Amino acid sequence: MLPASSIIQAVCVRLELRNVTKRFPGVVANDSVDLTVESGEILGLLGENGAGKTTLMNILYGLYSADEGEILVDGEVAGFEGPGDAIAAGIGMVHQHFMLVPVFDVTENVVLGVEPVGGPFASIDMDEARREVLDISSKYGLEVDPEAMVEDLPVGIQQRIEIIKVLFREAEIIVFDEPTSVLTPQEVEEFFGIVRSLKESGKGIIFITHKLGEMLEIADRISVLRRGKVVGSATPKDATKESLAEMMVGRPVDLVVDKEAAEPGEVVLSVQNLVVQDDRLHTVVNDVSFDVRAGEIVGVAGVQGNGQTELVEAITGLMLPIAGHIELGGQDVTLALPRELHELSVAHVPEDRQRDGLVLDFNLYENLVLDSYYSEPYSKGVRMDWPEARRHSKELIEQYDIRTPSPDISASSLSGGNQQKLIVAREFSRDVKLVIASQPTRGIDVGSIEYIHSRIVEERDEGAAILIVSSELDEVMALSDRILVMYRGKIVAEVAGEDATATQLGLFMAGAVS
Amino acid sequence: MTAVADDVELVRAPKEVRRARILGFVYIGLAVVIYFGFALGTEGDVTFRLGDTPGEIDLTVSAGGLAIFTSVVFAFLGGVQLTKGFGKKTNVILALALALLAFAFLGWAAAGKSLSLVGMLETTVAAATPICFGALSGVMCERVGVINIGIEGMLLTGAFMGAVMGSIVSPIFGLVAAALAGGILALALAVLAIKYRVDQIIAGVVITIFALGLTSFLSAQLLVENASEYNNPGVLGPIKIPLLGDIPVIGRIFFDQNIFIYVMYLLVIAMTYGLFRTRWGLRSRSVGEHPKAADTLGINVYRTRYVNVMLGGLIAGFGGAYFTLGSVGAFNENMTAGRGFIGLAAMIFGRWHPVGALGAALVFGFADSLQVKLAILDTGIPSEFLLMAPYLVTIVVVAGVVGQARPPAADGQPYIKE
Amino acid sequence: MTVAPRDPKPQRSAFWERVAPDKIDYRSLVLIPLLAVLTALIIGAVFIILTSGLGSVWPAYKALFTGAFVGWASISETMLAATPLILAGLSVAIGFKAGLFNIGAEGQMTIGGLTAVLVGFSVTGLPWIIHLPLAIIAGILGGMAWGFIPGLLRAKTGAHEVIVTIMLNFVAFRILDYVLKLPGIVKEGRFDPISKDVLDSARLPKILTWLPVENAERMRLHLGFFLALLVAWFVYWLLYKSTIGFEFRTVGSNPNAAKYGGIGVGATIILVMSIAGGLAGMAGANETLGVLGNGQPGFSAQKGFDAIALALLGRSHPLGVVVSAILFGALRVGGRAMQVQADVGVDLIIIIQALIIVFIAAPELVSSIWRVKGGEETGQLTRGWGT
Repeated sequence: MLPASSIIQAVCVRLELRNVTKRFPGVVANDSVDLTVESGEILGLLGENGAGKTTLMNILYGLYSADEGEILVDGEVAGFEGPGDAIAAGIGMVHQHFMLVPVFDVTENVVLGVEPVGGPFASIDMDEARREVLDISSKYGLEVDPEAMVEDLPVGIQQRIEIIKVLFREAEIIVFDEPTSVLTPQEVEEFFGIVRSLKESGKGIIFITHKLGEMLEIADRISVLRRGKVVGSATPKDATKESLAEMMVGRPVDLVVDKEAAEPGEVVLSVQNLVVQDDRLHTVVNDVSFDVRAGEIVGVAGVQGNGQTELVEAITGLMLPIAGHIELGGQDVTLALPRELHELSVAHVPEDRQRDGLVLDFNLYENLVLDSYYSEPYSKGVRMDWPEARRHSKELIEQYDIRTPSPDISASSLSGGNQQKLIVAREFSRDVKLVIASQPTRGIDVGSIEYIHSRIVEERDEGAAILIVSSELDEVMALSDRILVMYRGKIVAEVAGEDATATQLGLFMAGAVS
Repeated sequence: MTAVADDVELVRAPKEVRRARILGFVYIGLAVVIYFGFALGTEGDVTFRLGDTPGEIDLTVSAGGLAIFTSVVFAFLGGVQLTKGFGKKTNVILALALALLAFAFLGWAAAGKSLSLVGMLETTVAAATPICFGALSGVMCERVGVINIGIEGMLLTGAFMGAVMGSIVSPIFGLVAAALAGGILALALAVLAIKYRVDQIIAGVVITIFALGLTSFLSAQLLVENASEYNNPGVLGPIKIPLLGDIPVIGRIFFDQNIFIYVMYLLVIAMTYGLFRTRWGLRSRSVGEHPKAADTLGINVYRTRYVNVMLGGLIAGFGGAYFTLGSVGAFNENMTAGRGFIGLAAMIFGRWHPVGALGAALVFGFADSLQVKLAILDTGIPSEFLLMAPYLVTIVVVAGVVGQARPPAADGQPYIKE
Repeated sequence: MTVAPRDPKPQRSAFWERVAPDKIDYRSLVLIPLLAVLTALIIGAVFIILTSGLGSVWPAYKALFTGAFVGWASISETMLAATPLILAGLSVAIGFKAGLFNIGAEGQMTIGGLTAVLVGFSVTGLPWIIHLPLAIIAGILGGMAWGFIPGLLRAKTGAHEVIVTIMLNFVAFRILDYVLKLPGIVKEGRFDPISKDVLDSARLPKILTWLPVENAERMRLHLGFFLALLVAWFVYWLLYKSTIGFEFRTVGSNPNAAKYGGIGVGATIILVMSIAGGLAGMAGANETLGVLGNGQPGFSAQKGFDAIALALLGRSHPLGVVVSAILFGALRVGGRAMQVQADVGVDLIIIIQALIIVFIAAPELVSSIWRVKGGEETGQLTRGWGT
């Protein structure tokens, strides 16, 4: 007779994906994918942006339906028609972009869809709901205030709510989709602790990330997806970052950016005591001061949501600060609008390329003249010179390696990487004194990432002052000559690029005082 | 609100402060206008009759004195607004101030005469009713993220069906038919907006144009010639609620009205409870705020939207019957005259809350009844300008309020499920 | 205080936007609208059957067609009816291009027509070559003012132009009623609201009276038709060949990117609404100076909603608008003939028009009925209530 505990902990395959295939017009997102997840293990799913990881998980979660193949839960074929079925089968997903309703409180978000009913006229029993939330919260070490409004909560806490949601529904298989993009290195460690304790209680876990270091640390087994196919698997014991990167991309990848020492010149951008408020009148940039010199790359590190977005918007004229000064080459541009900055040779690669940087319905050359259409050579007075714009666009497409059949297609048909290259082409093809790039390589393929990084270094070597804002610590550390760390609206540290370590920066990003 | 440190030099004032400042100046400006317009030179007393018969409950004040009082209050409010502001209560204070202004205006208009305030308040509730139904319909739809510009068309169709079915069968049947007609139009809106992802505003305008055309066509073809057969439903009389209806003043206004008003009260209560206390309400609101999140939790976004939009249509259709079965007694082409759109403004003014919608509708209803009263009083203001009043008020409300209120986050955006 | 990361918002698609500025996509610009009209006519036939019986369908549609297109008189009337529709349609279309919904075309027409009439009869002693343009400009300015208001409110307060323009429509009608009763304005000897006649020097001259056919001198088609075509060409140039038009289209397609590119979104909104108002005002001037010769209440009747329909039908492209305007003009004129000859109510036309809009707005409906590959879906043209 086996002891009861070992029966419960017996290794069994909880989830199996067999031959799962999903096609979209023009692309095979998943191609005959086979995966298994056992209880009490963490399966790492690795792949670059566009490899098909999110599609696969959406199929698992019932948001999409597979064209071919099956999903087996505990040995039985499952036909999910929607997330409700997946939830009922014990699958829980912690999404990359939180699925929380900002104007509801924590409890409402957790119980949405499975609300306990009590009270008169079939009303929701909120007291019972809150009790259960606190139960789970204390059991797994996920502290939350059940009555807090989600939109007031910091991102790290919001993630806990996502996890509680999953546990509330008694998930046995939990999928984490890029969970660490909003955490500081220290918070990541804490988070890993929670994941390990979930594993210990017998859950099967799928951990999706593109960060190689994390994958090696947390996963028991790793499956690598490339262009929709599983191209290999590995275990942390026998894999390295380089070997994983090579499997992900299909060729050896240079993980380090090739650059020489910087030779900084004069101060180009000077930010002094800048204060910015968001639409809800919270002060999100609180007395920030720094300089950027010609020929140097200054990187702003920090978890997203600490004011970086608003800082960039204030500098680039998209938002007006409440107090402070911004000077460009000695000239006061505090309240300057985007066009004035454009004319002062400032380039801006925006954080949200689809929302701010491109007009998706316009074609490529219309997009390429988005900020310079009003002057020669693209227009004379009021008259646009479209043939000229088109001609010039062909040159830029060539120069900046934008993969497209013609300049006449609409920008929406470009891949993320090519869209970003389009924006870079637009911004860098002029003579620029200052470049502000916000999350320049978010969500794009490795090839494009390499390209854009090299272009940025090129601009620096030609004498431009460069300000990079990125929540990818690796990127900031690789590119920057000088690193500033932003936390809760303030610059809390300044470190030379060569001296910086992830641990040290992580501490600053989490608010530890220097 | 996180305060900025004291020693930080501000380069410009935050938006909220500027808004408050503008409102403060508006108050003060009005104070001046009131003084010079309504106070100076106004002689005589005005008697506000509050009871059924003259002399029962009367309030007599000096018209000029009332105006001066109002002017002073406004100046005071302006001062407070400029310095401290009223925060969350700004809208309520504004509404009360406007009520006082209306009061003073009436006093000036009726100086030396008497005026039945109860009558005016009765007409206020009556005029507010279709607007409120429109607003409630809007709330029902927009809370799940669907903008319903078709309310005007639904009201009109409801009015039509109420008249025709009320004539052919019976008024009660007319009510049911009106609601159903609204529901069918709403279904059309839902199909266009949800399934075909047509821009919701266009879909709503289309529904309204279609309803206008259809009702006018049928009215001209059938109703004009056969009025006694098809367009003669009669009016549903007032039903007095025992006990409550006997309370002086209030009883007559709120508890001695026809069935539409009572349904309106019930609807406000039911919707408030439903939206904020029940599972249906939580899920509906989640669909309007963050449909993707709702979808990932197994809530059927499409079905929720369909159901709620159709409920909204039933409400609007029923409310439309008020025009015929509750008020005029027969259908005329285009008799809704924009009340559906005013209902939308009331919805915004009421911050997408059923109780707010009712309150806002009463404000608009008051503007309407004010205009009627002024026409009777023969103040020398041309009737055309008086008729413009509700529309101008709507513009002011929409321009002044909409920036502050937050609609449901996914309002107007079609949900695309892959 | 940290703020949650913003979710990437899906880009809304501008339904009418063609792939390149100079190419016309045959399917969505021509085929779908054609099928939409056809389907609407078929459903209209159903209504005729329901109210007047099967036998009425053929006479009704025959009257519709002949009344619109057969004979110089019909063509004159059709083009005459199309003229204000072209201008009003352009008014709505230019709004759509910038992401704005101008339902106020009717009110703008009313005010424009009114100001044109006022200049038309109160300024004396000027030769035709000056007086007429002056009156037309007065009409344009009047409409412009009426478009400026909702534009300003939208830009500064976020007030949605749908509600504001509809309210202003009602206000405009009341203003017209009021002005037409004023002593200096009312026609002598009349007690109904009708203004003094516009002086001959401000009338738009009739252009078909020289034709060698009978009743030629009664043909009402006037110069305004060609002016409208000219304006349509100008709007085309503005939208697709000028820097200003690029700004309009960018704001309409993605206001965030427009702001990023340095375009003043608020200023653009105000400018677009003003121009739209001016176009509608010109439509009003066209009616009062060309057709009526004076001001009367209701001269703008229905044309505002028609304009929305034909802007959609013409995919907001000036050429499409012109063709659709002629179609709608034909429906109106033919509809009158249909009423007279076949005794089918003219409101049927409204139903047909509404159906056309429905089908244009949802091309999948049309394509699923006819088993044709559909054009691009309408997508989202306008934003919600906020700025």
